[in-house]
Amino acid sequence: MNLHEYQAKQLFARYDIPVSSGDIADTPEGAVEVAKRLGGSLWVVKAQVHAGGRGKAGGVKLARSLDEVAAATKELIGGRLITKQTDAAGLPINIVFVEAGSDIASELYLSMVVDRAAEQVGFMASIAGGMDIEEVAEATPEKIVTLSVNPAAGFQPWQARKLGYGLGLNPQQMKEFAVIAANLYRMFFECDCEMVEINPLIINAEGKLLALDAKVGIEGNSLFRHPDLVAMRDTTQEDARELAASEHDLNYVSLDGNIACMVNGAGLAMATMDLIKLHGGNPANFLDVGGGATPERVAAAFKLILSNESVEAILVNIFGGIVRCDVIAEGIISAVKEVQVSVPVVVRLEGTNVEKGRAMLADSGLAITAADDLTDAAKKVVASVA
Amino acid sequence: MSILVNKDSKIIVQGLTGRQGSFHAQQCIDYGTQIVAGVTPGRGGEEHIGVPVFNTAHEAVASTGANVSMIYVPAAFAADAILEAADAGVELVICITEGIPVLDMVKVKAALADYDCRLVGPNCPGVITPSECKIGIMPGFIHKPGKIGIISRSGTLTYEAVYQTTNNGLGQTSCIGIGGDPVRGMNFIDCLELFEKDPATEGIIMVGEIGGTDEEAAARYIKDYVTKPVVGYIAGVTAPKGKRMGHAGAIVSGGEGTAAAKYAALEAAGVRTVKSPAELGSAMLELLGS
Repeated sequence: MNLHEYQAKQLFARYDIPVSSGDIADTPEGAVEVAKRLGGSLWVVKAQVHAGGRGKAGGVKLARSLDEVAAATKELIGGRLITKQTDAAGLPINIVFVEAGSDIASELYLSMVVDRAAEQVGFMASIAGGMDIEEVAEATPEKIVTLSVNPAAGFQPWQARKLGYGLGLNPQQMKEFAVIAANLYRMFFECDCEMVEINPLIINAEGKLLALDAKVGIEGNSLFRHPDLVAMRDTTQEDARELAASEHDLNYVSLDGNIACMVNGAGLAMATMDLIKLHGGNPANFLDVGGGATPERVAAAFKLILSNESVEAILVNIFGGIVRCDVIAEGIISAVKEVQVSVPVVVRLEGTNVEKGRAMLADSGLAITAADDLTDAAKKVVASVA
Repeated sequence: MSILVNKDSKIIVQGLTGRQGSFHAQQCIDYGTQIVAGVTPGRGGEEHIGVPVFNTAHEAVASTGANVSMIYVPAAFAADAILEAADAGVELVICITEGIPVLDMVKVKAALADYDCRLVGPNCPGVITPSECKIGIMPGFIHKPGKIGIISRSGTLTYEAVYQTTNNGLGQTSCIGIGGDPVRGMNFIDCLELFEKDPATEGIIMVGEIGGTDEEAAARYIKDYVTKPVVGYIAGVTAPKGKRMGHAGAIVSGGEGTAAAKYAALEAAGVRTVKSPAELGSAMLELLGS
């Protein structure tokens, strides 16, 4: 679950991590109020969307007067921001964050993720702040310092020194940085983060460290123990169908193609998309209906799939393990009838009572084609849209 | 022969009295697995599906001499259950539970270093040695004793590989679902090492997926240490970057974890790769030349 910049900064403030001062607004008048409260003569109006690359996409605007604050807010609110991290439709801008302009002496980069290879929380710091870190890693890897933290020992002072001296900090900044990094580590565990990125972490004109941007992702499996963070969820930033799927406990990801699939198991669901592509088709989605594949879930899955108007055919691929194939076939037939599925459906069933299940599909009088195996299923569904 | 579990394995079930735990433990018992005890705090002294229940894993292990624990407890309590089992002295913990917070697993992995205990999972179908011992949620009937070792990050793709090698007569020595989470117990390399040493295993099928770099690490290991033929498949060629595909660990992030990079690494290590999961069994049959 991603947080907005302003929410991430609220979290930072709770952990004594210095952030630029500012507040949110959803109207030009509100933004002007915030700017007046902040004082000064330079403000930054930032679109709050769940995507990076906002600056280059025009989502971050400098304002040198209150009129410019109002104008920038008017331009952003109600629009959609398309960045290199969003799809072509972009994400809706419902809120802006208005902050006091900062005098930037230099820009640094600091991030944390769960390092899968080390099986520990990893830090990454770079003197090349304000840039795309993937590009820095590609072009100038020597500008990046990394380390991972043993959870038993926790974050140690030497680790702060390794990162801080890697950033070329002076002794005073080093002290500030050690506090920031230790607090971030504490926050990472206490809030069950999966990712924290500060880009840039600036040194301002007074030589102080400050988080100018903030990106925080909360790990999905941990949400049950963080009701306060769940309250920060902004569903307007999520794909509507993926959101609907999550309400039915289905795992769904939208893709660009025209052949939908419904599969039990995440691995097999990915493999099914790959098979469609391998045989010349284009998958419209990833969809894992889970182990049970009950009639209710299958019906919900059909509805979800058909809400995508690009879908011209559906491949159902179920490896019946503990659930018998005839029970699954019954579920598919009743769901196809209930939902009035109007596009060709190819079904591949495997497992106990597979013959009975296939016969039931064939005798259903519906536009369901039973496939013999994985390859046959992929070929048949691709042929049905050709 | 087999790896990890066999007909002599004695298993305790943590979370035996829950709905999932009861159902799957019964399936395991029906398969012939020796389920010797259950653990549910507060229910010690009861009997459930014909199995004695204990309050702690320590009591269960001490009373029964169990050497394996199978875990079905809910995600919020699973990390605790894994460490309890390890401290109780079992040599193998198989954690089926899906949805454990990743930072819980980070702590579990660090703590497990103190024990002589292997962990399989979490978020996995379990481990089976056909006709001897089934520990997990896989359908037992698709398996057949034989000569192929199977390692997979995905449950249903394990079943595909199993079913194909059953149908073409190769059969399996043991099958291990290592799980779909980013931080987990045994990895490809740990399993490859055991299958390489197991005299009954003649070939190895490994099924990977997008996310992380474990398949790349496995490829380097295979090149240096594995003499047996290996067939590899990677799911998620068409998965978009930055999207989590069902499994917590199945995500391409920061240019890392793509199916293309994994295929390239496996191919460079001499692994016979297949682009369709339907070809896992036939590719292995070809490699073994029978």
